[in-house]
Amino acid sequence: MADGSDPRPDPGAGAVPPGPGGAAAPPASRVTLKVNGTEHDLRLDHRVTLLDALRGHLLLTGAKKGCDHGQCGACTVLADGRRVNSCLLLAVTQDGADITTVEGLGSTAGDLHPLQRAFLERDAFQCGFCTPGQLCSAVGAIAEAAAGHPSHATGADALTDPGPVTLTAEEVRERMSGNLCRCGAYPRIVDAVRDVTA
Amino acid sequence: MKPFAYVRAAGLDEAVAAHARHPGARYLGGGTNLVDLMKLGVESPTALVDISRLPLDGVEELPSGGLRIGAMTRNSDVAAHPAVRARHPVLSQALLAGASGQLRNMATTGGNLLQRTRCSYFQDVSKPCNKREPGTGCGARDGLHRDHAVLGQSERCIATHPSDMAVALAALDADIELYGGDGARTVPAAEFHRLPGDRPEQDTVLRAGEIVTAIVLPAPGRGAVSLYRKARDRASYAFALASVAAVLELDAGRVRRVTLAFGGLAHRPWRATAAETLLVGAEPTPDALRRAVEAELAPARPLRDNGYKVALAANLAVDVLGALAARADGRPRIP
Ligand SMILES: Cc1cc2nc3c(=O)[nH]c(=O)nc-3n(C[C@H](O)[C@H](O)[C@H](O)COP(=O)(O)OP(=O)(O)OC[C@H]3O[C@@H](n4cnc5c(N)ncnc54)[C@H](O)[C@@H]3O)c2cc1C
Ligand code: SF4
Ligand code: FES
Ligand code: FES
Repeated sequence: MADGSDPRPDPGAGAVPPGPGGAAAPPASRVTLKVNGTEHDLRLDHRVTLLDALRGHLLLTGAKKGCDHGQCGACTVLADGRRVNSCLLLAVTQDGADITTVEGLGSTAGDLHPLQRAFLERDAFQCGFCTPGQLCSAVGAIAEAAAGHPSHATGADALTDPGPVTLTAEEVRERMSGNLCRCGAYPRIVDAVRDVTA
Repeated sequence: MKPFAYVRAAGLDEAVAAHARHPGARYLGGGTNLVDLMKLGVESPTALVDISRLPLDGVEELPSGGLRIGAMTRNSDVAAHPAVRARHPVLSQALLAGASGQLRNMATTGGNLLQRTRCSYFQDVSKPCNKREPGTGCGARDGLHRDHAVLGQSERCIATHPSDMAVALAALDADIELYGGDGARTVPAAEFHRLPGDRPEQDTVLRAGEIVTAIVLPAPGRGAVSLYRKARDRASYAFALASVAAVLELDAGRVRRVTLAFGGLAHRPWRATAAETLLVGAEPTPDALRRAVEAELAPARPLRDNGYKVALAANLAVDVLGALAARADGRPRIP
């Protein structure tokens, strides 16, 4: 592999070649992202986060930039089915990944995801800024519980049982603690998540 | 953020070579700490050598009854692994007490060990900090140090190590496997992180360009029970003010073997060897536990605003050891 290049060599990837007027063009690489089922070929500065690629390059503004430091969860998306903070992921590291944002949760026919319907029915938001992250996070959390992943709320005895975890209110609160809501809609978010798992 | 080259390494040797070729390079695991510090300007690598896709992923069961955890295994996958949960619950509990579901899905085992302190002066490039910029002074010593160390701190630095996982590894007598230009070597987890001394910029004994490749856990002792408990400012998604990891084995009501480690108190997970020595052979009565824990914490030198940590840590440890003693004994657990 050529020094400083990504797996698909790109002239700009390694060195910092002088650009027009002598200014250095920042190193960039070609990145393929499959987002909500559609493949996108992008050329991105290595500093671009997945969140900025989604919002700034693909104009998918559902995922929100709350803190940009992994502290609020507003930027949560699913990468290869797992919930992640897109503000701390460099887009170049996600080459080839399958990304789902809030825009991709429902069906292409325009039907809402059951969790989106539950949020509406429970009125689980006020301003809605945290909601896309809450929804993606909840989809990930529900899958984790179904796969038998324990949480801090899982008791010592249940810890040794690798079976699916029942999402009690306490389990949901703990598993969703990475998503802050400045409007304090937490009780209804917990109810909405439990509606779709009951 | 400063521009940087990006290299995705296909193998360990390739990663080490790429790191050596780029002075000022950093390895990239999950990026949950490094990318954050790059945004803050605390880190400005010339190149990122992405090791997150190296085939050092997964938990291997060893013939000895031990476990080898690949350094790229994500925190959530280690915590959920059936063998980890069954043999070393303290490790699952420590991981699950840290960060959030999203962050644990991203964070790697190696990156977790090597995460930097959360000292707010370290994270603010406009402030003095001997760890970030040796010789500039320590902003925290006379500033905000409520979260800082009470044991083993130096004139130069009073920071704590933030990892919950590392505290459990210290109590489990884990080994850390490293690989670099000089080949492979192994360091005990309890000796991997340093005290700050005169070189607070050096968090660990890792040599330049070395990669953490795996963590090896020994087989659990006969009848061993283990537990992690963490005190923090909110119930979830917050770093430890103080935490305790302990593993206990009893023999006819007396302590055959005990390991105890504190988090949140020092520049490294604090292995409580003085308390352990006092407890071996003793009956784990509440009085004996308290005497041993207080002997361990007697050298604590709190600062203006973090004296609460000494009492907090003592109470946590007595509580955890008491709960383990009741469980190891077969007596019903005291809630
Ligand atoms: C909001 C927030 C809350 C958090 N709360 C907690 C908490 O409560 N408890 C807790 O323990 N942690 C907490 N964390 C920290 C989190 O656990 C760490 O950021 C994470 O474990 C780091 O792993 P990573 O793979 O993302 O590391 P990276 O960010 O990729 O790397 C960290 C450092 O290690 C180096 N590195 C990475 N892998 C290797 C390797 N294999 N060999 C050599 N060097 C390597 C990198 O160069 C870098 O210097 C929190 C983080 C955030 C953002
Ligand atoms: S405690 Fe350590 S990390 Fe914090 S300001 Fe002082 S020298 Fe820097
Ligand atoms: S914007 Fe990513 S966690 Fe806040
Ligand atoms: S609905 Fe406003 S932040 Fe959650």
